[in-house]
Amino acid sequence: MAEGKAGYFGEYGGAFIPEVLHATFEELNEKFTEIKADPDFWQEYENLMSTYSCRATPLTYADNLSRHFGGAQIYIKREDLNHTGAHKVNNVMGQGLLVKRMGKKRVIAETGAGQHGVATATMAAKFGLECTIYMGEIDVLRQRPNVFWMERMGATVVPVKEGTRVLKDSINEAFRDWVTNMDDTHYVLGTACGPAPFPEMVSYFQSIIGKEARRQSLEATGKLPDSVYACVGGGSNAMGIFQGFMDDDVELVGVEAGGHGIDTHLHASRIASNDATVGVAQGFRTYFLQNQDGQMNETHSVSAGLDYIGISPLLANLADQGRIRFESATDVEVIDALSLTMKKEGLIPALETSHAFAQAFKDAPKMRSDQTIIINQSGRGDKDIFTIADAFDDPKWKQFIIEKARQYES
Amino acid sequence: MNLENYIKARRQQKDILLMTHIVLGYPSFDDSLRLVETMVKAGVDLMELQIPFSEPMADGPVIMKASQESLENGATLERCFETAEKICSEFDIPFLFMSYCNILHKYGFQPFAEKMKAIGIKGSIVPDIPPEDAQDYTAAMKQQQLDPIFLFAPNSSDARMKTIEKTGSGFIYCVARTGVTGSNTDFSEDISDYLRRSRAATDLPLAVGFGIKEKADIDAVKGFVDIAIIGTESIRVMDASGLEGVDRFIRSLA
Ligand SMILES: Cc1ncc(COP(=O)(O)O)c(C=O)c1O
Repeated sequence: MAEGKAGYFGEYGGAFIPEVLHATFEELNEKFTEIKADPDFWQEYENLMSTYSCRATPLTYADNLSRHFGGAQIYIKREDLNHTGAHKVNNVMGQGLLVKRMGKKRVIAETGAGQHGVATATMAAKFGLECTIYMGEIDVLRQRPNVFWMERMGATVVPVKEGTRVLKDSINEAFRDWVTNMDDTHYVLGTACGPAPFPEMVSYFQSIIGKEARRQSLEATGKLPDSVYACVGGGSNAMGIFQGFMDDDVELVGVEAGGHGIDTHLHASRIASNDATVGVAQGFRTYFLQNQDGQMNETHSVSAGLDYIGISPLLANLADQGRIRFESATDVEVIDALSLTMKKEGLIPALETSHAFAQAFKDAPKMRSDQTIIINQSGRGDKDIFTIADAFDDPKWKQFIIEKARQYES
Repeated sequence: MNLENYIKARRQQKDILLMTHIVLGYPSFDDSLRLVETMVKAGVDLMELQIPFSEPMADGPVIMKASQESLENGATLERCFETAEKICSEFDIPFLFMSYCNILHKYGFQPFAEKMKAIGIKGSIVPDIPPEDAQDYTAAMKQQQLDPIFLFAPNSSDARMKTIEKTGSGFIYCVARTGVTGSNTDFSEDISDYLRRSRAATDLPLAVGFGIKEKADIDAVKGFVDIAIIGTESIRVMDASGLEGVDRFIRSLA
């Protein structure tokens, strides 16, 4: 997929890393090239995912939502049914197999929502690896249940108190660990960002989503969908499903975090807003939400997993080419979409995922009933129970928490 | 005189030169000026002025915190340039910028180099620009007769050192160990192999940094390199005992 210089997608990508990591990246590039050329590796990967996780994940027809909007037929790709509850495990297990080939003993990872951290802790437990997870202090607070599971599975969770204390800061901390411990440690980067080969490698493992979705669409409807929707944080679930339809006449829609609205600056929309400019940070070149001096801005989203300053270089390039339409959904729209999806289909999308639903719900009513769309349900919302309960201002939940706290105090 | 010649000439009089480091705007811009004055008077031979960046990936907790506080106090690039200009006009040693790629990239490599030239800065250290991606950066620097300083690491192969030294000029910054700035380095442990390999790889002067914090560390690398670099330790000293402490500390190294 790379055009021109290795590791670049158009003018985006590259590997802006300190010299100490040069040899580590050389090895990683070599191993990644090796596994891509090895059909046995992909077979081993698919076997693992079908026996340990829940692959192939189903494509669910959302008949109630389709009827409710009276437009396009809505299908949902169920990445929430993966073990650990999100698409993150696809990438993590792929990198886990790679770690075994490289013979490293320890893994580290950043995490925002905690989904990637949980997936990495799971993989480390299964493969017998030591595991340290870096997580912004703010995210530790808003995603407590995931911290609990990571620690129970034997991982060390380090709350990051530097910078803005969210996802980007946990990435910096993970790199600081890696430049010290690269000989025995692999950094399992969780999204299609960072220095090459990570953006391409993470997209490669996530392409399993798109491969399945394409086949399942043909089986279920006899044709390809008209549009495919995915939320975009760093861009791994979006790249995952989009790759199944890249060369087809299928519209691809990426939905970024609109936060309080893209005219408020309290958002994390790199492409859908005009606030981002091209920069080099966290080891790669892409659009970043930064100020005129090149300092990174604070971002905002109700969802920890989309609260990120940059975007995959593969997506930045596809945006330039006009191949992907970028939209944003606000925090309020996201909660409404989540609420409707629960009531109509009994599905609980994660807050990140609900961004994709929100945009699909804006478009579906304008489409014909013989048209179909697929929404990538990147994860399930159970982990967000505290945030969602607050958003709904649920009185019974509050009462429960108050009573629970009282029990602990006595 | 260019940087390389300055270092070589100065080495005729001294066994090893001393390069120190400050973060511009930390604890304040006035303090930055006074720190430089103190260090120059105490006898340092050259200095790095770090322009703070919000994502300092190669820095440890001390420099990271200094960068963050500087930015929180409202440090802008313009303010850094103004202060650097004052420093360069008042003190007669070479000054270098240290920062991260994005600061130069956002301003534009060429305008940034022109600005450096106009201010009187002699070169720059940017740890997250690898030789593979350095073309625009080095071209802009060289056009202004400025020196882009590149880094060796202990795990750089001999072939890799060759590539790096061809890309850079001025001197080579040998990172004493893996990891970020600010942690301890055991200089009694044998790093002479690495420094000998570095010496063989280039005719440029060599500097060594990361973890130097006392005279014994400097003595351990004497004979292998031309410059010892003090980064984090002077910030620690400044935080603990102010300008007087810094003065005493620098003089204790000579
Ligand atoms: C459920 C879910 N969806 C989406 C994302 C966003 O990541 P990406 O854009 O890489 O898919 C996250 C990240 O934490 C997530 O947990």
